[in-house]
Amino acid sequence: MAASSVEGGLLVGAGIYKHFGALTVLDGVNFTLAASESVGIVGPNGAGKTTLLNVLAGAYRPSLGAVYFNGTEVTAFDAAQRCRLGIARSHQIPRPFAGMTVFENCFVAATTGGGLSGHRAYACCVEALDLCHMLHVANRRAETLGLLDRKRLELARALATSPRVLLLDEIGGGLTDEEANNLVETIQVLRGRGLAIIWIEHIVHVLIRGIERLICMDAGRIIADGKPEAVIADAVVIDAYIGGKAAP
Amino acid sequence: MSSKTGFIVERWTRLSAATTVIAAALLIVLAFGPLLFGANVVDNLTNLFIYVILSVMWNALAGYAGLISVGQQTFFGLGAYFAIQLSYHGVAVYPALLLGAVVAALVSLPISALMLRLRGGEFAIGMWVVAELAHLLVVLDPLVNGETGVSLLALTTFNPDTRRDDNYWLALASMVVLLAIVFALLRGRLGASVQAIRDDEDAATSVGVKVMRGKWTIFFLTAFGCALAGTLWLATSITFQPNTYFGVQWTAYMIFMVLVGGLGTFEGPIVGAVVFFLIEFFFGQTGVWYLIGLGAVATLFALFLPRGLWGTVEDKSGLRLLPVGYRLRVPGPEQARAD
Repeated sequence: MAASSVEGGLLVGAGIYKHFGALTVLDGVNFTLAASESVGIVGPNGAGKTTLLNVLAGAYRPSLGAVYFNGTEVTAFDAAQRCRLGIARSHQIPRPFAGMTVFENCFVAATTGGGLSGHRAYACCVEALDLCHMLHVANRRAETLGLLDRKRLELARALATSPRVLLLDEIGGGLTDEEANNLVETIQVLRGRGLAIIWIEHIVHVLIRGIERLICMDAGRIIADGKPEAVIADAVVIDAYIGGKAAP
Repeated sequence: MSSKTGFIVERWTRLSAATTVIAAALLIVLAFGPLLFGANVVDNLTNLFIYVILSVMWNALAGYAGLISVGQQTFFGLGAYFAIQLSYHGVAVYPALLLGAVVAALVSLPISALMLRLRGGEFAIGMWVVAELAHLLVVLDPLVNGETGVSLLALTTFNPDTRRDDNYWLALASMVVLLAIVFALLRGRLGASVQAIRDDEDAATSVGVKVMRGKWTIFFLTAFGCALAGTLWLATSITFQPNTYFGVQWTAYMIFMVLVGGLGTFEGPIVGAVVFFLIEFFFGQTGVWYLIGLGAVATLFALFLPRGLWGTVEDKSGLRLLPVGYRLRVPGPEQARAD
């Protein structure tokens, strides 16, 4: 299974296990993201969604298993190396560079992860900020931003690295309908440019407008994977969420 | 969608250019200092230059790279110690002062390999332990005569007036060169990278910043700067007493200057060094009350003016004399607001 999926996928996790002490958070996950594909991940709290994202982004090493990007094994690469290759991520709890301006936050990302310099780096930042509706706060220190702008900055900063794969962790939580619509629009633009996306989100009705394939995780495993409507209707998924007994 | 072309990234203003010209003019006047001022003023200014070096170094370390150290006296002391060793091994005395700082900076390499793995408070206290360790090791050297210390005898062969002027010029030149290097580095890519590391190390890694390389560069540079300050101090005082050079009071002075001037601003630590110099000049003879006063002032600043003198001026007026950052100017209704 692992060998064949490595061939076809842009980002592949093969047989991923992650233990924290006695706790098993990822229990044998096989996951393949094709180029330009957008995949949503849902699942109850503690299902291992963010841990999977951390393993793919390089923030955690898996206890067992391997991660491949574009046919190359990157398991031993740290997050900075993977970002330079083209894997960018946002954080569930925003982690802005608080003492720097919004523009400077993006500039660091464009010059390090994106490998750009000079005017090309500036242009890349302006485009990312424009796309995330943040140009008007470009010169504000990030510590002065509210939660919505902090979440937007997570996305803008990830985009400034000129990624091929974007890993998004709950950037839609707490948004109003209009803000959610803006976010979905932005995601659609990115998909149109051929960016591959993995998006973890609890708000399923927003999520399914931005993705073409849906995965449901529970207890460290993938329990459903396919067309969004089919996954949502899946009896096992309903069971995982509601906790009742599913029909046989 | 607003226009993606026609934006300007402002890094240098007319005010910055004017500031540079004024600073250059001031430095030219200072370069003639020994011809213009009396011996007392020359001595005092030499001390001021050393304070500015220390202040700017600690700010680069803590204010920009987030590496809060209470052990930079390690390099202050080691620089002076190696200068003495080199001098006693036949190196001419002024080259020995510079080389002593270089050797101390080289010693910072193995230290950084261990210490930069630590974060936050662990790093801060760890550096203090390193300073105490360096102190103990230096005292083991028979040349130093234990805590009694040793003098840089080679310097006493110079005429005191010549020596005073040479020390002044050496301190001035060291300050100018070090400030220029720090400014250039902070304005370059490294500056943005280390600030990202300061604000969130893991997030910096996630956008591709090579964290260890950034920290290491700043650590090495500031080790050299503090060591050079130590050798300059040795040149002015001639005697090397381990207790004085490896004392934690140097770190206390650095923190004072940076906090009062403005942590994380380029201009602030220079202002802070001048303030510290003036306080010392007027109250330095009052013994223990001077130290109590310093502590009280630092506490008041931390409580009521946490961004320091210059940081507050920057926040209130938007004034940036020597900017290391980036300001985006976008034409049209989405004009980026300067805060």
